[in-house]
Amino acid sequence: MSVIYIVLTVSVIVGVAFFIVFLLAVKSGQYDDSYTPSVRMLFEDEIVKPKKSTKTD
Amino acid sequence: MENNSCFHCGDDCGNHPITFQEKSFCCNGCKTVFEIFNENDLTCYYDLQNSPGAIPKEIEGKYDFLSKENIIEKLTEFRSDEIEIATLYIPHIHCSSCIWILENLKKLNPNISDSQVNFGKKTVRVTYNPQATDLKSVVILLSSIGYEPYISLDDFKAGKKQVNRTLIYKLGVAGFAFGNIMFLSFPEYFEINEFWLEQYKHMFRWLMFSLSIPVVFYAAQDYFVSAYKGLKARLLNIDVPIALGVSVLFIRSTVEIAFDIGSGFFDSLSGLVFFLLLGKFFQQKTYDFLSFERDYKSYFPIAITKIEKDGSENAIQVYDIEKGDRLLIRNEELIPVDGILINGKGKIDYSFVTGESQPVTKESGDKLFAGGKQTAGVIELEALKSVEQSYLTQLWSNDVFNKNKEDGFTNITNNISKHFTIAILIIAVIATSYWLFTDATKAMNVFTAVLIIACPCAIALSAPFTFGNLLRIFGKLKFYVKNASVIEQLAHINTVIFDKTGTITSNKDSSAEYEGISLSDSESLVLKNSLRGSNHPLSRTLYNILDEHNIITLDRFEEHIGKGIEAKHEGINLKIGSASFVGSANQTSTLNTTVHVSSNDVYKGRFTFYNSYRKGVAKLFNQLKKHFDLVILSGDNEGELENLKKLLPAKTKLIFNQKPDDKLEFIKFHQSEGAKVLMVGDGLNDAGALAQSDVGIAISENVNVFSPACDAILDASKFKQLYRFIMASKSAIKIIKWSFVLSFIYNVIGLYFAVTGQLAPVVAAILMPLSSISIVVFTTVCTNFIGRKLK
Repeated sequence: MSVIYIVLTVSVIVGVAFFIVFLLAVKSGQYDDSYTPSVRMLFEDEIVKPKKSTKTD
Repeated sequence: MENNSCFHCGDDCGNHPITFQEKSFCCNGCKTVFEIFNENDLTCYYDLQNSPGAIPKEIEGKYDFLSKENIIEKLTEFRSDEIEIATLYIPHIHCSSCIWILENLKKLNPNISDSQVNFGKKTVRVTYNPQATDLKSVVILLSSIGYEPYISLDDFKAGKKQVNRTLIYKLGVAGFAFGNIMFLSFPEYFEINEFWLEQYKHMFRWLMFSLSIPVVFYAAQDYFVSAYKGLKARLLNIDVPIALGVSVLFIRSTVEIAFDIGSGFFDSLSGLVFFLLLGKFFQQKTYDFLSFERDYKSYFPIAITKIEKDGSENAIQVYDIEKGDRLLIRNEELIPVDGILINGKGKIDYSFVTGESQPVTKESGDKLFAGGKQTAGVIELEALKSVEQSYLTQLWSNDVFNKNKEDGFTNITNNISKHFTIAILIIAVIATSYWLFTDATKAMNVFTAVLIIACPCAIALSAPFTFGNLLRIFGKLKFYVKNASVIEQLAHINTVIFDKTGTITSNKDSSAEYEGISLSDSESLVLKNSLRGSNHPLSRTLYNILDEHNIITLDRFEEHIGKGIEAKHEGINLKIGSASFVGSANQTSTLNTTVHVSSNDVYKGRFTFYNSYRKGVAKLFNQLKKHFDLVILSGDNEGELENLKKLLPAKTKLIFNQKPDDKLEFIKFHQSEGAKVLMVGDGLNDAGALAQSDVGIAISENVNVFSPACDAILDASKFKQLYRFIMASKSAIKIIKWSFVLSFIYNVIGLYFAVTGQLAPVVAAILMPLSSISIVVFTTVCTNFIGRKLK
């Protein structure tokens, strides 16, 4: 069997896999709110510092 | 103190700030919130943004209804013994500090396990344990830190909202197929008759075929449905040639690969659908934080306190109010039904309804209309009607509110598609019959080629991309338009109707004029100082208007609610208030609001309040008068007639004393005479007129606060720009017409290949994306150019 079949199968599987991931991402609501997460991800760093400082007081 | 603004909310602290931990606060409420955050290690709230907070409101007893089982049921989205989830709408959410504090609610109440903010929608989704806490305490906690949720009658009916994500799915499917099919079809375009390719091309082709199946039967579904509906209604809308093109592309390609004639047009097919869906997606600009569908339900409370016959208080659902029920309305609560005031002093703010910001004083026995907000103390009233039959709410039984404005309106694309489709069919028939006589084998080929190449992708994309881009530009300039068809309607307007109060007048400031014996210096000193002590809205307004004076301590100060103020200082006994209170001899009634003044029981004179018009009103009207008929439609009396006449161009029609229904009928009448009406209003009393008009624009001082159902919301600060927005919409139509011309040129080129029977897949594969992309670029560049002129 020609190697082209293997290559094609792999490429289609990879493509479909990414497509399914996309569908799952849409379904979980990732695209519903595109703003809040961008702010939220900046918080973690800032929360820790003041906490430590108040505890050492 | 170098900085005199409140550490919590940023308001001016005045002369007596409350100092706590070396920080100044404007009121005890703000200080308390700070204390709460301070105790719980949450002061990071203030690091993210300067003074992000809001003053917490008085909430005593306000949320008692939240312990009612049937109301909790409606407000929560999930309920079990251990977990309850509720999504609450909080208008105050405005910065990153808000997100941070609301997502840290669990530190304030350990029984809240999770809270998640959606910034765009201004909602917080709270998960809590109902055994240890309840919805009421969550809401009270939120209110106590200045984030009062807004719970209205709308929440009661809404049920669970479904998010519609089909367009994203379809776009994903089409994009995925488009990309893959392109790769698969490339080899055949460039390596013709190569041995290696000859061997495998069948597999490549069937792979493309299988990839295109979901595109045709799922992603392009809407076009078939819409074309079918159009044909059934005897309309040749734009989706008819699209559906025809898609099906011909699919059938011909399948036949070609099945009989080994050629490679088919699968790449053009999926590309076409992908671009069309992209246009649809781009046009769909939504403002999560705005709602264009609001009716009275968004304003009205969900529950109200009923006084039972035995005197006990009970929270009942607003829909359960019956005629004759006794209701208790607290300070800052909305009156949900028409009724008669039985007990207490009513000071009713009808700004929701009329846009008029000055509260009206009501005595017991007076009739109160639904929609007013009590602003001073507790009152008791007896219901005269049920909610749906009240004076204001009755308006919504009018048919206008069930009508979809887009029905019966042929948009520019469908307008051109009528002629376009017929022309294409004629060309196809002529070309086919020519080839039938010259070379019959090619006839079918030519017929399908014409339908394929004429598939109006570029035409279908012109309007979505032009309007879509303009929607975004308008949005940035604080003119929030519901959808693309509103811009198109706006371009066809020939009559502009304005509401008066709250629309062309500003709620924030008004002016007053003094008539009578002029006051001595010491008298005006006392006047200014006595006004300082009063919280009555008229006093506040007058206080702001009068000249600055020194602060003195009054010997005596007394406020008679509903009458006026009495103040004494160094032998001057000043009375300020209603005519009868100050003992005015001449009771000449004016139509405007007045405040009378007397000194030592000698009548001095009166202050007459006039509406203050928004800046640029006169200029705007002068710009508009060249192109449009202008009308002022006011619910008020004629008190402002002379002022308006002076201010506005002579041809403006001024009509007063209009009830909400009258406004609606007025617009209906003019529409029947062929007018295309733009209604500009603000209050709930304009709701009918906004719905009836071709385009209804609501003016809003603060877009986060409520505005009635409308087609567009315009920020009050941009009011004077209205003319430019209308003109920009007109230019948008011109852009679309030019891009039609552009796409016709592409079609003529394509038709040349089609009619002569030389349409190879590679030509279609180049021509189709090229025309689509150049249209997108053309419209985007042009609309951006218009947008720059707007700024």
